Amino acid sequence: MSFASILIQLLNGLAAASSLFLVSAGLSLIFGVTRIVNFAHGSLYMLGLYIAYSLIEMLGRTPLGFWGGVVLAALAVGLVGIVIETAVLRRIYRAPELFQLLATFAIVLVIKDAALFAWGPEDLVGPRAPGLGGAVEILGKRIPVYDLLLIAIGPLVLAIMHLLLRRTRWGALVRAATQDREMVGALGVDQAKLFTSVFFVGAVLAGLGGALQIPREPANLDLDLSVIADAFVVTVVGGLGSLGGALLAAVLIGVAKAFCIGLGFSKLTLVAEFVIMGVVLVARPYGLLGKPQAVARTAGEAPPPLSPPRWQFPVGWIAVLAVIPLLTDQYVSVVLIDIACFALFAVSLHFIMGPAGMVSFGHAAYFGLGAYAGAVLFKKAGLPMEAALLLAPFCAGLFAVVYGWFCVRLSGVYLAMLTLAFAQISWSIVFQWDALTGGSNGMVGIWPAAWLADKGVYYYVALGLCGAGIAVLWRVLFSPFGYVLRAGRDSPLRAEAIGIDVRGFQWAAFVLAGTCAGLAGAVFAFSKGSISPSVVSIGQSTDGLVMVLLGGVDTLVGPVVGAAVFTWLRDALARETDFWRAGLGLVILLIVLLFPQGLVGGLKALYARWRAA
Amino acid sequence: MLAVTDLHAFYGRAHILHGVSLAASGGEVVALLGRNGAGKSTAMKAIMGLVPPAQGEVTFDGRRIERLAPHRIARLGLGYVPEERRIFTELSVMENLEVGRQAARDGAPTWTADRLFELFPNLGRMRERPGGRMSGGEQQMLTIARTLMGNPRCVLLDEPSEGLAPIIVEQMAQSIRALKSEGMCVLLSEQNLHFCEAIADRAYIIEKGQIRFGGSMAELAADASLREQYLSV
Repeated sequence: MSFASILIQLLNGLAAASSLFLVSAGLSLIFGVTRIVNFAHGSLYMLGLYIAYSLIEMLGRTPLGFWGGVVLAALAVGLVGIVIETAVLRRIYRAPELFQLLATFAIVLVIKDAALFAWGPEDLVGPRAPGLGGAVEILGKRIPVYDLLLIAIGPLVLAIMHLLLRRTRWGALVRAATQDREMVGALGVDQAKLFTSVFFVGAVLAGLGGALQIPREPANLDLDLSVIADAFVVTVVGGLGSLGGALLAAVLIGVAKAFCIGLGFSKLTLVAEFVIMGVVLVARPYGLLGKPQAVARTAGEAPPPLSPPRWQFPVGWIAVLAVIPLLTDQYVSVVLIDIACFALFAVSLHFIMGPAGMVSFGHAAYFGLGAYAGAVLFKKAGLPMEAALLLAPFCAGLFAVVYGWFCVRLSGVYLAMLTLAFAQISWSIVFQWDALTGGSNGMVGIWPAAWLADKGVYYYVALGLCGAGIAVLWRVLFSPFGYVLRAGRDSPLRAEAIGIDVRGFQWAAFVLAGTCAGLAGAVFAFSKGSISPSVVSIGQSTDGLVMVLLGGVDTLVGPVVGAAVFTWLRDALARETDFWRAGLGLVILLIVLLFPQGLVGGLKALYARWRAA
Repeated sequence: MLAVTDLHAFYGRAHILHGVSLAASGGEVVALLGRNGAGKSTAMKAIMGLVPPAQGEVTFDGRRIERLAPHRIARLGLGYVPEERRIFTELSVMENLEVGRQAARDGAPTWTADRLFELFPNLGRMRERPGGRMSGGEQQMLTIARTLMGNPRCVLLDEPSEGLAPIIVEQMAQSIRALKSEGMCVLLSEQNLHFCEAIADRAYIIEKGQIRFGGSMAELAADASLREQYLSV
């Protein structure tokens, strides 16, 4: 490879880095002040692209129309940010962190469908920047002028943000609030206004990042999650709250990706950034330029202790579930099989994020790997279906052994993002390994053995296996192992001090949860007959989070209720309307605003109040 | 200026304040004395709205404030200096002061950074130093200066002498006397009786979330059994 082509790849990487930096800077700024991980930040980027497309169409493809469109689009996205902050987030700043996350998921769903409604499902290819469509020749290679401009914009925005934060009163307030927002309030600063302004600036950055990509990237509906995953990686690699770190990380990742493509390893691009993230996080757990997080001063109380269910409870439900297929049509059984799989998936996620205190953004890795392991063992290795079904969970467990070893070294947001990274690596492998997994087409013909072919029979098997998985996880929670996990969550230092190897137990919990999620995935795969990479996707991971949070993370049966409600709701909405995501998002928002402890938590509180009255 | 009547407050489920009543007026230094865990800091936080009062009234300048958010209370001219100081460690001295700045207020002294550096000369010599790289005494000065930037009519000082060297405590006492001479109302919580005797006009003793004594500082100084019962460790 010549020097010239190295240079080209470098410039390519730098051009891609600018927008990534803008989104990550906004994400980081918002997280610093409000302590909210805004999952909807990728959606704001996507909106920036779409709005810029429409505005430029309206204003005309002239320099004024183009740049006017880009700037107005960024401001419009800023207004969307203000609406999100005032209508939703402001009401839940005192709610647990995870619940805020759930609210931002819901916003992702709503924005996706709003964009689908407004711009339709087709990719929209935007215009080139008028006057900048040409290219300059560097060392005999042609570089688009627009790319050079983009390369300059990243550092320029960093400089502007630096001045804003270091030289203005607003900047002093933002930095002060990042450390101790309650104290800032006690000094007479209206936090609500400060938060709104921060959200506006963060949203403008995301919108600008999207709008600037209009000549380079078609507007499409999948940008939201892919951009947020990239932005997470950049933020975490750079260090949360460090804008300089975000630029550094964006450049590092942009360049690494460009080189993968340039060297002919284009399949590695998806993996490359996550490998960088894994390496950085293990070597520097707070990112390249980050600092250990200040202990957040929130009104967070320790979660209440879990209470074990009485024996009548499961027995009653098993009886009800056993007779349902005899009384209803096959369709109900199909939905119930889905619910059983997702219930186990959600319970296994709850197992690590509730009692063990390790929030995972990437639990679909184990669900999906379990599903694929079952399919591969059955189709490629030629194992009998029963053996494939029973071995698959342990394959997922093996991955959990490896991924978990890294993950338990981190905590909080960093841990969550590392789990996301591993899930994304798994997804890339599945997506790209055509020979083994069928790549983007997935695998078909994964049918159960003849004696299980009937949906009614498979229903009992699914119910039995998933029920057993849930029973094991719940039983473990009330064993000494479960107590140790909760001790490690509530006070890791004290737990260590009395001789508990917190990390070791967390690792074990991670593997157990991964194995159970794998079982859920395998049961799911054989119930469908086919699988696609979406079972390993970010969407699948977030579905799991939504189920757990919807039901209530501080309750035992919450995840099961959440899985049932979510699966049923999604199914019901999808049959009624094309815009089921928005419907689902609005229902979740409603629940978040009305039941800040989740469905089961909220119902319990209502019941307690009714009994007291 | 500040009147608290029958104030109750909880931390989670723990009932900390059981009907606290006290008052302080302009040009007066009032001490709230009590042992560790007696409820001094909670009383301060409840007045400031940082711990929402469950019951009772707080009146400031004739306005009921017990249901207001902390920033609204601060904007009425009630300043709060927390026990843990809570300096913004990443921000310079000047920036810390900037965060506390509010518009000038009728009936209250107007503070500028330069005037505060006269009151706390040490701070003037380290304007650009990050708050995290200051000594405990300097941080204590800064946290008071930061609150004064809001031009309050009344300040709540939560244990201002705690953990300071004797010479710094003496400086602190002088500064508080200076605030009093400006006509401000100062309510301070303390365990250091000696410090209070030097500056306070009146005192309350709080124990187990209830006021056990209210009277002049001279009265308290003269009553050995009172001190023995509620303050000695």
